[in-house]
Amino acid sequence: MADLEAFRQEAREWLEANCPDEMRQPMQSEADAVWGGKKFKFSEPQKLWLDRMAEKGWTVPEWPTEYGGGGLSKEEAKILREEMRRINARVPLQSFGIWMLGPALLKYGTHEQKLEHLPPIARGEIRWAQGYSEPNAGSDLASLMTKCEDKGDHYIVNGQKIWTSYADKADWIFVLVRTDFEASKHNGISFILVDMDQPGVTTKPIKLISGASPFCETFFDDARAEKHNLVGELNRGWDVAKYLLTHEREMIGGMGSGGMRPMGDVAVQQVGLNEASQLADPFLRADVARAEIDGMAFMFTMERVADEAKAGQGTGANSSVLKYYGTEFNKRRLELMMDSSGSEGLEWGGEEDVARGWLRSKGNSIEGGTSEVQLNIIAKRILQLPSA
Amino acid sequence: MAMVLNEEAGMLKDAAKGFLTDSAPVSQLRKLRDEKSEDGFDRKTWSAMAEMGWTSVLVPEAHGGVEMGYVAAGVIAEEMGRTLTASPFLSTAIMGATAFSRFGSDAQKSEWLPRIAAGDAITALAVDESGKHSPSKVTATAERSGNGFKLNGKKTFVAEGHVADMLIVSARTAGSEAEAEGITLFLVPRDAAGVAVERSDMVDSRNSARITLDNVEVTADAVLGEVDGGLKALEGILDAGRAGLSAEMSGSAQQCLETTADYLKERKQFGAIIGTFQALQHRAAHLYSEVELGKSIVLKALQTLDVAPDHAALLVCAAKAKMGQVAQLATQEALQMHGGIGMTDEFDIGFFMKRVRVAEALYGDANFHADKFARMRNY
Repeated sequence: MADLEAFRQEAREWLEANCPDEMRQPMQSEADAVWGGKKFKFSEPQKLWLDRMAEKGWTVPEWPTEYGGGGLSKEEAKILREEMRRINARVPLQSFGIWMLGPALLKYGTHEQKLEHLPPIARGEIRWAQGYSEPNAGSDLASLMTKCEDKGDHYIVNGQKIWTSYADKADWIFVLVRTDFEASKHNGISFILVDMDQPGVTTKPIKLISGASPFCETFFDDARAEKHNLVGELNRGWDVAKYLLTHEREMIGGMGSGGMRPMGDVAVQQVGLNEASQLADPFLRADVARAEIDGMAFMFTMERVADEAKAGQGTGANSSVLKYYGTEFNKRRLELMMDSSGSEGLEWGGEEDVARGWLRSKGNSIEGGTSEVQLNIIAKRILQLPSA
Repeated sequence: MAMVLNEEAGMLKDAAKGFLTDSAPVSQLRKLRDEKSEDGFDRKTWSAMAEMGWTSVLVPEAHGGVEMGYVAAGVIAEEMGRTLTASPFLSTAIMGATAFSRFGSDAQKSEWLPRIAAGDAITALAVDESGKHSPSKVTATAERSGNGFKLNGKKTFVAEGHVADMLIVSARTAGSEAEAEGITLFLVPRDAAGVAVERSDMVDSRNSARITLDNVEVTADAVLGEVDGGLKALEGILDAGRAGLSAEMSGSAQQCLETTADYLKERKQFGAIIGTFQALQHRAAHLYSEVELGKSIVLKALQTLDVAPDHAALLVCAAKAKMGQVAQLATQEALQMHGGIGMTDEFDIGFFMKRVRVAEALYGDANFHADKFARMRNY
């Protein structure tokens, strides 16, 4: 414990000395988030903050130091987060590399693969995209058909991916490809890393109902992939994919919590109170109260699932509960925001419009495995109900 | 505080499960009902609970208790919710112990806490006056009389009222009907002159009573907490009870879910195990998710009662509102997925449905608590 206190003191002093003032201000919008990569335009304080944190390994505090991490224990990482919150320090870097590929490489990658790919993720030099869904492989992801052929000293990839988040801004992509067309559908898939800086890889943004284009179509036309960039065993890519999806589910499920203005406060501001000091719309009041109660219950469920995992209890399939409930709840939250906002919520304005958030939320229960797929997983893996 | 049970609570859970499953399963409640038990609970089981220390779970060590706290009390209540064990545990070991240890005078603590710990006394809270819970709506009166008080009024839905040795009664010493100020709590022996107790025949076959107070004389030292300022103590006692009921409903909901999942793996129709049908898989999986949320908020409320009881009101409110709805969903889904057999008295699901309905209504239903939550959140 004394060691942890010493670490807290050290972290506190270092953060005080090294976090630029501009990086201690709350983010104004999503646009202030630092994703890194070759195409990213950093402000000076953003770059300074990122470089200093990366130097300490604290962009990925729990990764091993040899791969660009901070080598911190869970307890130390928690202290670091607390100390960052204490001075309102922004997260220096967020990326799919950190959230998704990193954990998968740490589990399934070779030492050489980790050495090659993890440090650039930690330093924010390479931005990764995820090539999973295809036009005909959505919920039934394992029926994917993007073809990967062995050409002796390299692979050639042909096919199309869709719903690749921010692919137009990414440098590399991790792709699920079919390497065996004879095997049953789960057994012919491999997980491969592809450099997007080549003529064989092109991207096209998809405009959504919210007006934004966070997703792309990504096309592979005789794209080259190096042999040493196949992760895990050939034809066993589904294991890697599933492991990575668990992380994605938790990430999306958690989006509906934290950092949001409480629904009740928004409703009071928009609708006002009556003479009994109650929300002037009694039906909205009832809906908001129930939703806030469910929101609390969900937040504590995330906390409990994390604590159970730390204590070695619980089940990994709980990520499906979080994904299912969190995304359905986020949709409900934004419906209530729209109810509260009335006609003002129906105007197209800036990027942070209620309407844009409301429309965007509709995808939450589709991306990363639909709600129905999550219910299938809960039924099979937790309740152990039989398959047809 | 990590949201997992510590080793001590985990051991208590195993012990409670073992004892209740062996000695006080649902069949015990069925038997009490069928034999029209006058007590409405099994006294031998209650004595055994006292011997195991359950009645002293919230009693301080100085008064002969083991004081394990609300998480531990919740663990026991949850296991009782799985077996639907009828006992005065909620009214006495949770609410009675809370009343005296948090709000009692030294003399009241010394007199009652050791008796509660030993399982020698049963207490009951008499708060409601009409069909819908509303603790500040008090028309029962307590007029000053000599150096004591004279009580008049009617109370209803008094859990364990007809078996209690001591009633904790809310009455108005000042103010008008729905005012928060002017409420006082009194200790009234059930056998005091002027107290009439009529047992209600409830849908859950558990104990509840109507109580009439007709010029009941009590002395000044019968006041629990402050004269005119009794609502704070009353809410404190109620919150302990609400958290206990939420834990009980959590156990009932989990039991219904597990029984249903087992049934889905056995029952065959259309030449297939019905658990293979996606329509039923999704109903069960949705229910599982709701039960998980309910478990989380109940645990958080209990943990907060242990570490910061004066700040637990909002969480208890949220827990009772959420768990009440989840548990009702669980009993309804369990019945639907069992099909016709679920409708039969021979099958246990009906007992769960009836008890959960009562537990949900007791000390404020989901609507009451959602409304209260909104008021606490200033909307």
